[in-house]
Amino acid sequence: MSTTARPVTKRVLLMGTCLCDAFYDDVAKATVQVLEHLGVTVEFPENQTCCGQPAFNSGDWATSRKVAKHCASVFSGDQSVVVPSGSCAAMNFHGNLLQFEEHPDASIDSLAKRTWEVLDFIVNGLGITAWPGEFKEPTKIAFHRSCHSRGTGTGEAAMALLSSIKNSEVLAFGQAEQCCGFGGTFSVTFPHISGRMGSLKLDHVLEHKPDVLTSGDMSCLMHLDGLARVQGRAVPYKHVIQLLRDSLPI
Amino acid sequence: MSNVQPIDLYARQISDEKQASVIDGSSAGTEKRYAVLGKDYKDPDALRKLAGSIKDHTLHHLDHYLEKAEAALVKNGAHVHFADTDDDARNTILEILRSHGVTRLTKSKSMAAEEIHLNPFLIKNGIECLESDLGEFIIQLDNDEPSHIVKPIIHLNRRDIAKTFLREGVSETYNDDPRTITTQARVHLRKKYFEAEAGITGANFVSAESGRLVLVTNEGNARFGMAPTPVHIALVGIEKIVPTDRDFGVFLNLLGRSATGQQLTVYTQFINGPKSANQPDGPEHMHVVFMNNGRTDVLESNCREILRCIRCGACQNVCPVYRQASGHAYRSNYAGPVGAVLSPLLFGDRFPELADLPKASSLCGACNEVCPVDIPIPDLLLRLRDKAKREKVHSPGAIPMTPFGTLATSPSLWRTAMTMSKAMNHLPIEVAPVKPLQDWLGQRTLPDWHGGDFRKWLKGRKEKS
Repeated sequence: MSTTARPVTKRVLLMGTCLCDAFYDDVAKATVQVLEHLGVTVEFPENQTCCGQPAFNSGDWATSRKVAKHCASVFSGDQSVVVPSGSCAAMNFHGNLLQFEEHPDASIDSLAKRTWEVLDFIVNGLGITAWPGEFKEPTKIAFHRSCHSRGTGTGEAAMALLSSIKNSEVLAFGQAEQCCGFGGTFSVTFPHISGRMGSLKLDHVLEHKPDVLTSGDMSCLMHLDGLARVQGRAVPYKHVIQLLRDSLPI
Repeated sequence: MSNVQPIDLYARQISDEKQASVIDGSSAGTEKRYAVLGKDYKDPDALRKLAGSIKDHTLHHLDHYLEKAEAALVKNGAHVHFADTDDDARNTILEILRSHGVTRLTKSKSMAAEEIHLNPFLIKNGIECLESDLGEFIIQLDNDEPSHIVKPIIHLNRRDIAKTFLREGVSETYNDDPRTITTQARVHLRKKYFEAEAGITGANFVSAESGRLVLVTNEGNARFGMAPTPVHIALVGIEKIVPTDRDFGVFLNLLGRSATGQQLTVYTQFINGPKSANQPDGPEHMHVVFMNNGRTDVLESNCREILRCIRCGACQNVCPVYRQASGHAYRSNYAGPVGAVLSPLLFGDRFPELADLPKASSLCGACNEVCPVDIPIPDLLLRLRDKAKREKVHSPGAIPMTPFGTLATSPSLWRTAMTMSKAMNHLPIEVAPVKPLQDWLGQRTLPDWHGGDFRKWLKGRKEKS
């Protein structure tokens, strides 16, 4: 995954992600609130839809390239593109490069070079390494490091921010490197294995009785919550950006 | 059940006991690997990347290095053979054995030999062929298939093995104490080494510079197999070459740690050629069979990085899908992430039949993270999914993506769908429009639909300001 220097602009384009568009409006909202709190102006291009990852992962690259090109045209220009999802960010700066290998496209390359996962942007882009927030009550946090942020600065960024919040305790749990089992269409085509993976992840996470489960990707949390509720062991869950927002007096 | 992916189906059907063996064995492997690499190296990633680049360089100049290796081996007194197909490899080995009048042999563990089913072929041709690696020996007794690259019997527990030993007369009474099991196997195998007329091995690395061949085992069985026999045959995939002897240091440091969490495998042999005049023992004849069997096709494909693989099994250990499904689900001697890439490519004519393997991954990337030669396995899985789609290979349970493509490239349609789909909050699961979604919802629930709410909030703020 690309770790080359990416531009940090004071006006950014927010890629809200299809998941926040459909289910998690408060995550997109928190992203805007936190970035504005940090003095960043957030623009939301109205014509955005999805990064194209569902088709890409399914192997339907012809469809996926169409969606990716739409996405690249919606986010054209030279501003930083900020995404509250390691997975969609990785699609922009890694997946797209794979599927456009034989179809070079300047707009795709440009999007790849300007895309930031939001926590990576805050820590490694804006240079904010500690979070001046505070929780009212002592809060035990289980941070699931989503797989698509492997090889990026997101995991360390999230840990640094979360652990510096007053009254927070970030828990260590077993087999942290293991996937939650979602994998988008994988969870649909391999429902049994995916469910077992998710249940194992829940076993490890819940063992330490967290007050909240968090991650940089709502897709993992949606999957884990979907399983946990059916299994009668639901746990409150929030995106890291929501926790950052909630710990501030805004 | 044709709508179900074969690997998911397999995972549903394996016994709890077998699954526990696989999960315990692979998780332990992963944890040991992390501990040892982290303790010994400040930045294991730099070492992995170096190893990957050495392999990459070698693969880019494979013709050059193969010629060099051949010349060096011949100079050392070995006979070198090239086998283009699996048939060629099997027949070459059979001819060598016949030319030396061999009727019985021992064989140490070799993935290349597994790949071409060498053992059953030799037995069919009247040659007594005994597996000397403990795991492979048990596989042979059970008439089973290995399910892991370095731990072929990861799917068995000691009770299974004790039963096999009793059934096959290796032991006289049932005893599942691990030490007893190994002692019984040792006594049984020790006799066979002396009776053998040849030893077959694989090779972990071959230096193009010196023709030196490296073999690692934890049981010393390859050494035993070579000590009392006059003939040594090494079956070697052409991708096993490294440019120089110095490179052994990089790979050996990674191999043991990645495979079993050991700093170095217990036995590391450097084989310089057949027995020389002043050596007291060792095989007088050494044959090296370099096998292609589809590797040059892989080299020309867009998945050539998979040929860097040094067969450590770390990707299998860490893979959450492998842990749930076990190795046999992958229908090849190469299981897990490496197998999901290698098998459909290597057995090219079986691509349609094996095209489901690359889909058995959540693309979590753990395999790449642990790979000692930094193979971008998730990228290769994706490329093979693309290949399957372009070649119109049917995939069970696949979700058609054209409607998604239409929706995601029409912003107004997208916004409408976001708002309209709120109806989903009021619909029972049973009316979910597609079968896969129903299956999904059988185990999980979806959160409430908030389609369009964020856009509404943004608009409200704008109007206020």
